[in-house]
Amino acid sequence: MSKHTLSVLVENKPGVLTRIAGLFSRRGFNIDSLAVGPTENPKVSRMTVVVDVEDLPLEQVTKQLNKLVEVLKVVELERTASVQRAILMVKVRADMQTRSHILETTQLFRAKVVDVAPDAVTIEATGDSDKLEALLRILEPFGIKELVHSGMVAIGRGGRSIIDRSLRSA
Amino acid sequence: MTTVTEGKAPRPGSTPKPSGPPGQSPAARVPAVQVTGAQSLVMSLEALGVDTVFGIPGGAILPAYDPLLDSTAVRHILVRHEQGAGHAAEGYASVSGKVGVCMATSGPGATNLVTPIADAYMDSVPIVAITGQVTSRSIGTDAFQEADIRGITMPITKHNYLITDASAIPRAIAEAFHIAATGRPGPVLVDISKDALQAETTFVWPPKLDLPGYRPVAKPHGKQIREAARLIREARRPVLYVGGGVIRSRASEVLAQFVDLTQIPVVTTLMARGAVPDSHPLHLGMPGMHGSVAAVTALQKSDLLITLGARFDDRVTGQLSTFAPGAKVIHADIDPAEISKNRLADVPIVGDCKEVISDLIAALGGENEAVRPADYEDWRVQVAQWKATFPLGYTPHDDETLSPQYVIERIGAISGPESVFVAGVGQHQMWAAQFVQYERPNSWINSGGLGTMGFAVPAAMGAKVAQPERTVWAIDGDGCFQMTNQELATCVINKIPIKVAIINNSSLGMVRQWQTLFYNERYSNTDLHTSHQQVRVPDFVKLAEAYGCMGLRCDSAADVDATIKAAMEVNDVPVVLDFVVHRDAMVWPMVPSGVSNDQIQIARGLTPVWDRED
Repeated sequence: MSKHTLSVLVENKPGVLTRIAGLFSRRGFNIDSLAVGPTENPKVSRMTVVVDVEDLPLEQVTKQLNKLVEVLKVVELERTASVQRAILMVKVRADMQTRSHILETTQLFRAKVVDVAPDAVTIEATGDSDKLEALLRILEPFGIKELVHSGMVAIGRGGRSIIDRSLRSA
Repeated sequence: MTTVTEGKAPRPGSTPKPSGPPGQSPAARVPAVQVTGAQSLVMSLEALGVDTVFGIPGGAILPAYDPLLDSTAVRHILVRHEQGAGHAAEGYASVSGKVGVCMATSGPGATNLVTPIADAYMDSVPIVAITGQVTSRSIGTDAFQEADIRGITMPITKHNYLITDASAIPRAIAEAFHIAATGRPGPVLVDISKDALQAETTFVWPPKLDLPGYRPVAKPHGKQIREAARLIREARRPVLYVGGGVIRSRASEVLAQFVDLTQIPVVTTLMARGAVPDSHPLHLGMPGMHGSVAAVTALQKSDLLITLGARFDDRVTGQLSTFAPGAKVIHADIDPAEISKNRLADVPIVGDCKEVISDLIAALGGENEAVRPADYEDWRVQVAQWKATFPLGYTPHDDETLSPQYVIERIGAISGPESVFVAGVGQHQMWAAQFVQYERPNSWINSGGLGTMGFAVPAAMGAKVAQPERTVWAIDGDGCFQMTNQELATCVINKIPIKVAIINNSSLGMVRQWQTLFYNERYSNTDLHTSHQQVRVPDFVKLAEAYGCMGLRCDSAADVDATIKAAMEVNDVPVVLDFVVHRDAMVWPMVPSGVSNDQIQIARGLTPVWDRED
């Protein structure tokens, strides 16, 4: 299995998220992460879907996505040719002894502290999945009280836009 | 297309009819008028040229039924169960190629449409289902007769709508017909809230379709066509693997030209029976679990499958890893997602079958690179030998009880190829696919993908409404018949004189066959008590008569022809023929589920030997 990132442009209409999510589940594909939001065009929403599949089933899933009437375009974003980011907020147990170590880690990862309490620190971090995983590995020994992770969003590198005709659909 | 019957002849419509069939851009222009949402729904149907709607009213859809009463162009046929409406719409669409329409109320009315919608989805039948929904304010409150039918049908429709604004009705209906009929056909559901039907709105026609994400590709890519032509020229053992897409794209005529030009043998799947005449010498029959030895074996030994509108279903391929192991694959389908879904295609072609075949003819008919039919001569000799050595057949039983295969064979022979034959699901369906001789497309209708028992009676009703001049047979089982026979009432009242042949073996025959073969003859819950040991619950002849149909019973081979002919002479009421047949008859040949097609059995435990020299 390998991770693939799909950018899916859809019409901004009620029910479209259900259609996409339902398609993945009924065709037997697991979604690693899913992020939805508006785009530069108010009629169009963009979904970033990370799936863990082999190449052939991936082709099948993109074809099935393209069959949905409200799907406008499906593009696979290669890791090397795109910028991929997720946001993470993590509440770490902290006391007098550990707080400074935690703050040091936060700086090393260019993350920020967004809330401090006598017994905890809440850290916000942005990055690709490798960076966020590494941060969590370091924070783990201090004690993670709570964690929230957004879906991955991704955008292609270079001057071309996803809506350019020249960009090949997946 | 007309639906003239004695009961109610269509009069000129209240709005001008478009010249083209529904699904095309409507030609009619209607000046803006103030109407209710319900009126705009009916006017939209009229403008699209709809002549028939099958349905049942109820609370939420009631507003739509009021203007329907006044429509002179749209004939509403009141069915007895919404499932019947859905299958009738399928039968109507399958024979005519037009979009079939069914209508139901919210909640249970809508959920009763789920089975036919799923059926139409699997078999790519263009239907539009219109359902009433509770008022928009009540949606989500578990209101009386509320069901989220849009959510429920998302996985089994090509597309669906929930409309809560009256002004959106004409566009949704026009889009629904367009989506249902174009590309790979399929069902579309339009759910309309009661308040949208009641609200005042302006009706303008034609509406502007807004489908930026819907772009079906009909014209095949020239490079792929050239590549396919090259493989065809290089092949020595090619087979045309023809599926239901050829029927839906009305490509039989060009396919006949292709076969004449190339002299390549053909198999037609369950969904494609009739796409090539059974009488054609190069036609090898049906492939698959109950296919002919020649068709199954030709695919297995082929070096090139020319796949047209077929989808490598498990009932055709058997164990996929051993299916046609030596064959390259050309796969043409209008749905890109079918290509390489089950079997990797060497040459994928996205396009309408009719256009693909025409382009292939052009590519193979050229002077320099013309196809040489002589190259396939050895192969033709071989497949002809298989066909001659292992014809379809059956052995009559010693005790003089009636053979189901004989009954079906005689119905086909006496009624003839201009008739329409509609089957349920099970043994009788396979025998009807095997023993009726099909000579034209759209003469065979059945539930292939979903395998819906109870399909035959309502689908035959819909077919007869679309083509009243044809003799329409429902070839049904005693199990299937009991699932939807309430539509006989609809047929009697609306003067839709179908003929229903019940192949009555007093059991769920196909399940019983599997119990015989794979469950040590332990017949768990397959006895239906509809004929054996003189128990008849119910008595189908009396049931038929109770509905006002003619009922006939036959239990000996000597009476079969006379019974069929008697039924052929009745054209004012439906006829139900109760053929009491042998219980232990089985469908052969058979490839047991999950094994290689090389293991095809022509009778129990009997597999042809291939390596002999002759």
